[in-house]
Parts: sequence; C-alpha cells; structure tokens
Amino acid sequence: MLYATPSILAFGGDTLMLLEVKNLRVYFRNSEGQELRAVDGISFSVPYGKTVALVGESGCGKSVTALAILRLVEVNGWIAGGEVLFEGKNLLTLSEKEMQGVRGKDIAIIFQEPSAALNPVYTIGDQIIEAILLHQSVSREKARALAEEMLHLVGIPEPRKRLNAYPHELSGGMKQRAMIAMALSCRPKLLIADEPTTALDVTIQAQILTLLRDLQKQIGMAILLITHDLGIVADMADEVVVMYAGKVVERGRKYDIFKHCCHPYTIGLLRSVPRLDVDEESLVSIPGFVPDPLHFPEGCRFRGRCFLEDETCCIEPPEVSLGNGHLVYCHHVVSSGVCYEKR
Amino acid sequence: MRNGEVLLRVENLKKYFPLRAGVFKKVVGWVKAVDGVSFEVFTGETLGVVGESGCGKSTLGMTILRLVEPTDGRIVFAGQDITNLPPARLRLIRKDMQMIFQDPFSSLNPRMTVQAIIEEGLKVHRVVPQSKMREEVEMLLERVGLSRDYIRRFPHEFSGGQRQRISIARAIALRPRLVIADEALSSLDVSVRSQILELLRELKKEYSLTYLFISHDLAVVRQISHRILVMYLGKVVELAPKERFFSRPLHPYSVALISAVPIPDPEARRSRIVLKGDVPSPLQPPSGCRFHTRCPKAQRVCAELEPSLQEIESGHFVACHFPGCVTLEG
Repeated sequence: MLYATPSILAFGGDTLMLLEVKNLRVYFRNSEGQELRAVDGISFSVPYGKTVALVGESGCGKSVTALAILRLVEVNGWIAGGEVLFEGKNLLTLSEKEMQGVRGKDIAIIFQEPSAALNPVYTIGDQIIEAILLHQSVSREKARALAEEMLHLVGIPEPRKRLNAYPHELSGGMKQRAMIAMALSCRPKLLIADEPTTALDVTIQAQILTLLRDLQKQIGMAILLITHDLGIVADMADEVVVMYAGKVVERGRKYDIFKHCCHPYTIGLLRSVPRLDVDEESLVSIPGFVPDPLHFPEGCRFRGRCFLEDETCCIEPPEVSLGNGHLVYCHHVVSSGVCYEKR
Repeated sequence: MRNGEVLLRVENLKKYFPLRAGVFKKVVGWVKAVDGVSFEVFTGETLGVVGESGCGKSTLGMTILRLVEPTDGRIVFAGQDITNLPPARLRLIRKDMQMIFQDPFSSLNPRMTVQAIIEEGLKVHRVVPQSKMREEVEMLLERVGLSRDYIRRFPHEFSGGQRQRISIARAIALRPRLVIADEALSSLDVSVRSQILELLRELKKEYSLTYLFISHDLAVVRQISHRILVMYLGKVVELAPKERFFSRPLHPYSVALISAVPIPDPEARRSRIVLKGDVPSPLQPPSGCRFHTRCPKAQRVCAELEPSLQEIESGHFVACHFPGCVTLEG
C-alpha cells in the first residue's frame, strides 16, 4: 500500500477527508443565453481510501460535478461558487499550472466511453508513457517499463505487445482497462470513475468492477464512482450521495441509504429498480419525469413527482441529520416516517 | 387463436452478413449474426431474448419481421410460412407484427406530428375510417399515458420516456398479435424505465399481446418474461421457463450472465463467476462450443464438437456438453 489510509477515521465526525466539496455551483449558458443551474450548491466528501458513489439519473449533474472537481467544465459553463478542498487546499483557487500538477497525478479520471477518451492516432503505450513522463521524473525507458507494468496490473494479456497497439485494435473492455492503466500510472490518491462500465457488457462490467476493487486495495486510492446503476453502488460503494436535478437530496453510508433511506426520491428510485433476484408483481415507479434544467421548480426540486408534497415544499428544503453522517434534504423526513423497507 | 398455441415458429434461422473488402467489394468473409436458431413463441406469452452485444439478438428480431432477409431457415407466423412471402402479402402480415425500437429519438420521424406518426399505420391498413381517426389517436395517446392535447406536437417536444410511449402507441395502434420490443427500455432512466415496463405489462393483458422481448438487461427481462432464451455468438445456448432459468440455469454462460448482474441490495451475498476474456469476434467464432474459450469448465470435447440444443428437462433446453457443470452457488 502506497498511501496510509487512516482506518480509525469514522464517517461523519471531524474526520480527515481527502476531498471535500462545499456548496459547489456549476452553471451553464445555452445558445439562447439562458442560465442552466446544472449543479446548484452541493456538498459531500470523500474519505481517504474509500469509495463514494454519486448516484442519479441523466441530467442530475453528477458528471458535471466530476468535471468541476478537476476544473474541466466546458467553455459555455463556469463554476459559480463553492469550494473543492483536496487534502485541505482549495482546487478552485489554484493557478492553471498548479492545477495541471494535480490532474492525472493526485486525481485521475476515467470516462464512460474509452474509445472517445483515448487518442486514436497514438498507441496505447505512447499515451500511458506521456502521462507518466508528465508527472514523474523518470527516463523514457523507465516510463515504458512502468507502462508495461501497469498494463499487466490491469490484466491486459501480452502487455509488451499491447503497448504498440492502437485503441481501435482493442475491444471495449480492453480499452477501459488501458484507460484505467493510464489513470493509475501515477498512483493517484483519488480516482474519479464516471460511469466506467456503462458502455460495457455485463460480463465485462463484472471484470472491470472486480479490477477496480482489487486495484483500490493495492494502491489505497479513494474512488469517486459516478453511476446511475444502484446495483453497482450496492456492490462497490462505502458511502452514497444521491443527486436529483442539480442538488444532493440524500447522503450517507451505503447501508443507511439502501435500508433506511428517507428522501422520497431515493425511496422511489430504489423501489423502481427491477431486481434480478426477485419476481415483482408490480413495479412502483416515480410519476412524471426529470424536470428540464431551464425550469427546475422553486424550493424542493422533486416537487411535482413526490408523494409527500405539500405547500411547504415551495421553500428550499432543510438539511436533516439522522446521525452517522446520514443527511436528508426534505421537509417531511421526520414527520412522515416513511422509510424504504426491504421487499 | 387460443393461448398456448404456437404463434411464431422459427426453424434453423440463419442470417449471414457479407464482409466486403477491396476495390471490387469482394466478399472476404461472413458475419454469422444468427446461425441456426430455432424456437417457438406461444400466444399470450412473453419470450425474453437475452445476450450481450453482438450475440445476434437484434438481428434475430429484424429477421423475424423480415426487415432484413434471412439467409436460410423458416419463419412461420400464425400457421403461415412467411419466409418467402412477396412484399404485398407480407404487408398484410405486418399488421399483426409490430416492433418497438431502442432509441425513441431516431425511431420517430422528426417532421411528423404525433398524430401523423400514430395514424400512418391505421391509414395504410384502413383499420379506422377517416372520420374516427382523430378520436382513435387520442384514445391511444391516453392509453399510453400521454395527454390528448399532444396530438399536434412533434417528437422533439417530448422527453425520452414520452417518446417511447409514442412508439408504443404506434405499435399497438394496429392491434397486433406479436410485438417485438428490441431494447425498448434501454435508453431510459431508471425511474422512467419502470413506468414503461409497467405500461407494457398492462397493454399485454388488455390487448392480449404476445411479446418477443429482446434485452441485455436480465433484471428487466425477469420482470416481464415467461420464458428466457439466451444467445451467444449467433446461437441459442439455453431456453427455459423463467423460474427454472433463474433458480437453476444449466449453461455456464447463463450462470455467468446472471451472477454478473449487480443487485441493488448491500445484503445480497452471492458468489460471482467472473468470465475471463472478451466475446470473440462473430467473424471467426471459436470451433466446437462457441463459449469454450471463456468457459471455466471447458474440456477438450468442447473445442472439437459443437453441442446441440437438447431438452434436459421438460421445456428446458440447453446446448452444452456438461449442462449444470457451473451453478449459481459457485
């Protein structure tokens, strides 16, 4: 293990966090000049060596959050406020040059579509070696040896030969492995994995998730896992952050979220997922659809789809703490007493 | 036709796509997308077709509707061999077979209003008189959970889930007997997916539909199907009633497939069989059993001899030399 993982740190209290996102806001402007509040004041943290899952449906702002942490928001968007504290220092106030030292070295990212993230005109080896040379003062030969070692580590057969392969010569699963090899080549403290298996088949997904888990143990890195798949969350995460329409609606330890979640959206989401291990007479679904980011409702953004809605929901929901770092943003948590029951 | 009778029979169906190269586009190889598939679909049931990308499940759906022409084999629909039916007569049959596609963004014509989209089939087949058309379309819209005020709108004004509802309204408009749904829920978000799944279940009862439900998502397939058919590289590897399939799958690939699906419950403890390697290219499928390169229990015979699909127990077919050699318990 390369990094000491403080094991005595409990979640919630005054613990040392690797990453703390505080009240982050990311806005975009569309071609008509309208402002879209894609991420609107979210807070969460990632402890050393743990896996935190950021869950939500498309358009909830989870991927934008990932890009904002690395300050990679597109040109039509900007970070409108908040702090991103990485080991205590605010990444949002660093110079671009300092930021380049963080990207790829301390924080690495892998994307959903490995074929889009890899450069098609360079070999896999060239791309990994480039990343190594950028952040480590080693010779080219040493970098090549390191790259080969990384490919071996991620389970690519014949790593020496594969260094000379172009991305198109590899299958989707192999490309994602190569991406992981590149991301981990500088032994980052935090890996952001944005839907890392969404484009892959389920048997390949199982391979990649197993690989990520093993590598996390070996390297001791923390993972910020962005996904829409609650199955993967249950499988991989230590802590869960549920997002809806640019806001965090609930967060806490995995067990609390799956067994005692209290936000109507989380409850609805868990109930609406068809399960492989159970036959379900009828699936309960959330009525309506995710609101358009141009017309997010005032107050609680889940208004209009919620079974607990009343007039108080026009006001921004309060943060309710249920202990052990379990936070819910809803007016009706305590009064309703609704909790997700295991089916 | 009563429930339980054979509505669709597919016999030794093959679809090979030529692979061309060079200046003269010479055929240099064949992609055997569907390679000798046989099964039956009974009236009133839902047959779930599962498999990973490239296994031929979508080609199978298209070939059954003759949207692509089969290379070999027979398709018998409602007692009539439609394999070589000329287009004019095929059109009459198409009324009884409808399809719902994966991507509701590309499967609806962006220049047509919702009304035009839904009534097109009704006009072609002269099912509803022109005077009743609007009423019928409004009824269909409401049935799939959309407001009748949407009738003059265009597809781009709708969300993905709403568009899929429009596709469903179009498919059921002609009161078909068989609906082939090809990854109909795959592009939808979790909360919307279960709405559409529920809608498909309701419509099935109401209109006595039979579904061929093609999907890579085993959890969704479980919730809608009566029987499950698993494909791997163009071949059927297992066909079984749902309960049997999920409690005791017999083909190692089916076991791996089931065990690979993550379950949204941190307390669900299962053994996991992680397959090695990738799905081989359908251009050069492995010899013998096509799964032998990834099978954890492959023997020498598996590489040499292709296993045939055999009925191991009543209604439970499997193509494996050693059925049951890998179990879910690990």
